Amino acid sequence: MTEPVLRLKSLAKRYSKDRPAIFEGVDLELRQGEYLAIMGESGVGKSTLLNLLAGLDTPDHGQVLLEGIDLALLDDDATTLLRRRAVGFVFQAFHVLPYLSVEQNVALPLDLLGCPGPERGRRTREMLGAVGIDSLAKRHTRELSGGEVQRVAIARALVHRPRLVLADEPTGNLDTRSAAQILALLRAQVKENAGAGILITHSRTAADTADRILVLEARGLHPLEKP
Amino acid sequence: MIADPGSARIWLILLVAQIREQPARFFATVAALALGVALGSSVYLVNTAALNEFGLATKRLVGEADIVIRGPREGFSETVFVDLARNPAVIASSPLLELEVAMAGRTDTLKVLGLDPFRAAVLQPAIIGEIGEGVFQLFSSDAIYLSSSAAQRLTLQRGDLLQVTVGSSSKALRVLGILSESTYPQPLAVMDIASAQWTFDLVGRLNRIDVRLSPGTDVEAFRRDLGTRLPAGVLAVAPQIERDRAITVTKAYRVNLNMLALVALFTGAFLVFSTQSLSVLRRRKSLALLRALGVTQGQLRRALLGEGLILGVIGSMLGVSLGALAAAGILKYLTADLGNGQLRTAGATLSAAPVQMLAFFFIGIIVAGIGAWAPARNAARQAPARALKGGDGNYETAARTSWRLGVVLMLFGAAMAWLPPVGGLPLFGYAAIAALLLGAVLLVPVITLRGLGLAPRTHRVVFDTAVSQLRENVALSALSLASIIVSFSLMVAMAIMIYSFRVSFDHWLVKLLPADMQLREPFGNDTAFWSAEQQTQLRTAPGVSRAEFRRTRQVLLDPARAPVTLIARGANDAQIAADLPLISAAAAPAAASASAWISEALQDLYGYKVGERMAIPLAGRMQQFEIAGVWRDYARLSGSIVISRPAYSAATGDNTANEGSIWLDPGTSVSTAEKSLRLRVGNGDALEITGSTTLRERALQSFDRAFVITYALEVIAVLIGLTGVSFAASSTALARRAEFGMLRHIGMLRGQIMGMLAQEGLLSSAFGVAYGLALGMALSLVLVYVVNRQSFNWSIDLAVPAWQLAALSAVLIAAAACTAIWSGRSALSQDAVRAVREDW
Repeated sequence: MTEPVLRLKSLAKRYSKDRPAIFEGVDLELRQGEYLAIMGESGVGKSTLLNLLAGLDTPDHGQVLLEGIDLALLDDDATTLLRRRAVGFVFQAFHVLPYLSVEQNVALPLDLLGCPGPERGRRTREMLGAVGIDSLAKRHTRELSGGEVQRVAIARALVHRPRLVLADEPTGNLDTRSAAQILALLRAQVKENAGAGILITHSRTAADTADRILVLEARGLHPLEKP
Repeated sequence: MIADPGSARIWLILLVAQIREQPARFFATVAALALGVALGSSVYLVNTAALNEFGLATKRLVGEADIVIRGPREGFSETVFVDLARNPAVIASSPLLELEVAMAGRTDTLKVLGLDPFRAAVLQPAIIGEIGEGVFQLFSSDAIYLSSSAAQRLTLQRGDLLQVTVGSSSKALRVLGILSESTYPQPLAVMDIASAQWTFDLVGRLNRIDVRLSPGTDVEAFRRDLGTRLPAGVLAVAPQIERDRAITVTKAYRVNLNMLALVALFTGAFLVFSTQSLSVLRRRKSLALLRALGVTQGQLRRALLGEGLILGVIGSMLGVSLGALAAAGILKYLTADLGNGQLRTAGATLSAAPVQMLAFFFIGIIVAGIGAWAPARNAARQAPARALKGGDGNYETAARTSWRLGVVLMLFGAAMAWLPPVGGLPLFGYAAIAALLLGAVLLVPVITLRGLGLAPRTHRVVFDTAVSQLRENVALSALSLASIIVSFSLMVAMAIMIYSFRVSFDHWLVKLLPADMQLREPFGNDTAFWSAEQQTQLRTAPGVSRAEFRRTRQVLLDPARAPVTLIARGANDAQIAADLPLISAAAAPAAASASAWISEALQDLYGYKVGERMAIPLAGRMQQFEIAGVWRDYARLSGSIVISRPAYSAATGDNTANEGSIWLDPGTSVSTAEKSLRLRVGNGDALEITGSTTLRERALQSFDRAFVITYALEVIAVLIGLTGVSFAASSTALARRAEFGMLRHIGMLRGQIMGMLAQEGLLSSAFGVAYGLALGMALSLVLVYVVNRQSFNWSIDLAVPAWQLAALSAVLIAAAACTAIWSGRSALSQDAVRAVREDW
């Protein structure tokens, strides 16, 4: 049996010491090729959980093991380098750099990894093609529609073939049709790149595109009970 | 700087995008840095050229001497030279008569060197070498050689006659030849010493001897020993002292110009700081995204610091180039003394100073780095998750906690203002200004918060929203105000200092020029004067109701310092005490000896105190005087002493005068009196005669001219500060597009939003200007009472140009408010729906 891409052990987080934990006892194993959806009510801490997984925040209790490495044992720089290589992000608010072109935005992770020029160009073009925006490569992101910008964000999350893709409400700002296209694209790309993915969402429709659905509650992650 | 090629590319992308997005801001910041570097490097280059030229000239005049013996201008007995020539340790000595000679029909003077050509051939080979075979003709009693610049200035050629003034009569000298510029670049005339003694009525007198000692002699010990055996007022000086004197005299002036350069750099650093802080604030989500994508804290910090350093590199390159160009222009078209009148050097040329220019280059970069450091560090420390969500980061916390450091710096600055000068320079004074300035800027957030806390809730939505916005974004307001506070407070401080100086200078002129007219022989000359009879003739000229005469001359009190001016004036001590602008006076008049009044410079440089006795070398003897008071003298940086004319005559037997004040009969015009006065003395056409009113006007005009550069730099500094405000306003407006969109969504009119912005702009700029005004006044106290006093050794009375400051404040407030509105207008031009949707 291979090492899980991500393992969470008894994870707990509170916003301040005098307030109760927003969640605790969160355990999870995510293996290569798995695509998981996490649902939950507003304020339950879904985005906070995502930040913990990526090492952008630290838990008050428990462990996050990414590729078998305990993030608590790493300093900020080491966590950042691990995140750079192993994690891809897709945000609800897109978060692309407005002053860069589409292809520059997509190539950012490759730039950070020091990918040589020709290789960077090839992989960027491939990824733009894969998400269907290769014709927009030279355009600035401020000139694109919401659906197109989110495709840029997905391409950027996957271009460096991370082991784990984290998507936080990636269709929250999109219409139904665009949302369906983006969700299908995200799943296909995660599977195609042989990584693992976690989709944080409110939407049951969106969650249904994942292999399994978990619900985040104050006392941990639980499988969604089928109606 | 950048650890790996990947992050180097990220840095480059960010930088190029930053320049492309905000070119005006980029170039204005570069311009501010370039200005500081250019100013510093040009002042350095011009001064170095002037000092080099002065040093070269001194070296040519002093030549190969180990020791120079100097006496008063009227000289000492030749027997000193005879005794010295017999000394076995002396292998060569050259007797000289060095005089500033008055010339008929001219108000300037010419340095004339009377020398023994054969002895000078050993010690001044550069000068004698070119005369060559002409040396025998030099023995002719009316022969004189001119340097090429002297010939040019006097428009004389070989064979022409030069009319010199001795006493008040004229003597003609024949120009035997012109020395080439390479021999001596400054104006100079060379004569045989015997001819010079005869021509200038100084037979048997010398005022300088250059001495060369045999190898192995301890020069310093010999100089000290010789010093004890020389007549009073005759001093043995090391040649290096001659050059050092020029450096010492001009030091304060140079340092003050350099400080102006530092002010520009300081403003530049603040501009870099506010530009980078605002830019980081504006890009906080972009930067957080980069952190989320895997950019480390260190990489982000280095990339942002790198942005600041790039500003520094470009600014410094421009600055050093501009500085060299400006220096070359000043040397070519103006004079090398930068207007201080202390270094009269012609033909100074720019010489390459690669190491120093490199130093200025790096100073610019370091300044930019200092400005960029804090924003870079703060940005790298931001929690990316919070910033991505739209949190404000911890700028506010940082701003709120900085007040303690601000108070400490203010106290530190106030304490340093009490410390004495270092090597004659007000270094602690400047440190005090820097500490007060920095401390005051750090206190801006907490004072803004307190001030806004006092603002009443009016229930007028526009005003209340404006106040709330300022209160909530106090860190942003502080950043935007920092550059205007720094530049405006420095401008206020300088304006108060210059105005105080001008008012004090004017009072001083009025006190010293009570008569209707002033007359004098060419300033600084050693040869022209009026005898007692001529003074009577002048006093009894038609239209003259009263005349008072003065004798001014130089005395050497300390070989390491420039000569001091001795002024003999007034019929008695009581008249002197009434006529001089006294700072302090002895409680009781001197009983045992004659009284002397010393200038503040003399008090500071030599440490004399009122009531003490001082010895002045007069007529070859040290004469004792009791210091009766200290007076204010803005004309003589090296110090001056006033004694009564009877005391001077008693000590020297000299009744001549070379300056005078004339009171006219009622109804007599200045021009009528001038004509009759010129007819009364032999060289009347060379007399400088000026109405006191005209003299005062001219003095004030030249005062204003001397400060033109300062005013120009101040205006530039304030413009840079305003640019900073403009950048801050546009950044804030851009950052608030979503807020404006939301306000439009909920029904706020475009005009109301503009009104809100205008009120925010007015409130914050009024605060900034008021704060800058208060800070500037505090800084002006340090400038007036510490920096000025320690730099120039004279005091000035504090005077505030209230109307000018009020007008300037109003203009600045209006300009800052307009800037805020203009910035808001461009942000509002975007449609509300897109603004609300747009997240960046």
